Amino acid sequence: MRDADQWLALLQLVPDPEIPVLNIIEMGIVRGVECSADQVKVNITPTYMGCPAMDAIADDIREKLSPMATQEDRTLIVDLVYAPAWTTDWLSDTALAKLENYGIAPPGKTSDKRALQGEAPEVRCPKCKSHDTRLVSLFGSTACKSHYQCTECEEPFDHFKCI
Amino acid sequence: MSARFEYLLRLGDDALLLGQQLGLWTGHGPVLEEDIALTNIGLDQIGQARAWFTLAGRAEGEGRDEDALAFHREAPDFRNALLCERPNGHFGDTIVRQFLFDAYSVPLHAALSSSVDADISAIAKKSAKESAYHLRHSSAWIIRLGDGTAESQSKVQESLDALLPYVGDLFYSDDISREAQNAGWGVDTSTLRDSWEKTLVETLTQARLRRPNPVPEQIGGRRGEHTEQLSFLLAEMQVLPRTYPDAKW
Repeated sequence: MRDADQWLALLQLVPDPEIPVLNIIEMGIVRGVECSADQVKVNITPTYMGCPAMDAIADDIREKLSPMATQEDRTLIVDLVYAPAWTTDWLSDTALAKLENYGIAPPGKTSDKRALQGEAPEVRCPKCKSHDTRLVSLFGSTACKSHYQCTECEEPFDHFKCI
Repeated sequence: MSARFEYLLRLGDDALLLGQQLGLWTGHGPVLEEDIALTNIGLDQIGQARAWFTLAGRAEGEGRDEDALAFHREAPDFRNALLCERPNGHFGDTIVRQFLFDAYSVPLHAALSSSVDADISAIAKKSAKESAYHLRHSSAWIIRLGDGTAESQSKVQESLDALLPYVGDLFYSDDISREAQNAGWGVDTSTLRDSWEKTLVETLTQARLRRPNPVPEQIGGRRGEHTEQLSFLLAEMQVLPRTYPDAKW
């Protein structure tokens, strides 16, 4: 029988459906695994309350892991938890670097003074690395992103909102 | 009906009605970015509504889930503030409606974050981040439109004059809200009015807009007394699940 850590390792095989360069562990969506004799419960938390990817993520987890749980005569359950609220601070440095390589400007830390004072964050162009960028829209292609453009190389890009 | 069920319906119905109406902007935004922004905000509101309804269904204890509460209640069963059922109108009307609501949601979610009920507190803490972001967007537009051209200023001023009489429900105080406050799991929203007023005045000053003189407020939404607009909205929102009760996506 696999223990919680082994299940967590398996969950790394589930990519984020919108940002496939990151898996759901790196995204901070998985909040823990609770194992009992007949059950494996995976707790996930939404990035945004209305994030439509949550249902897809729960389906992906069930599809990948249910057969393995069944082999052990256990039932796999995916549960949605709201506390503690998801924050971009849970993205690891590796995850932030992966995002930038993928073309999405990563979020800063929520403890950044600018974020605390509600000011616009300094966003670096993921393509040419210029800091000379401008906010096009606070809302982007998904709930977790805003839309920017680089003034230097004119590349339009997504910025992962810092929350 | 328990106070807790009624109170949670108020929270859920406000979010649902705004979410539904913002969704109607899909493909109709003045520019692509705003189309995406309004529908993104709508999505957050729907997500919040789902969470409040799930709790409401549990509080009621009769097995109703989020879909039953959203799609199988009639207009007089809804407890949303009248502001949330005001029609979309033009872009300025929608932005003013959203701004007036966001300025209320921010202190509301902050207060509910310290609820003694772990579920309510968790949903509020999550929603607080979203409502702060929504307020940043709607207040920026109030300032841009108010301090914009003569036309944008007169239009947004008209929207403000027309919508302000409908905010009263947001701060409605009755036995239910007082019970929520006294028991510690909710907040009597009449206590949020000063904070809301401060945001309003600060933003209007920056936007060079006039704070209309107080007029008698239209209230009733929290008691199930609605304008006819709600029935039209519900008809469009509910027709599919009522026509095909077992339909699944």
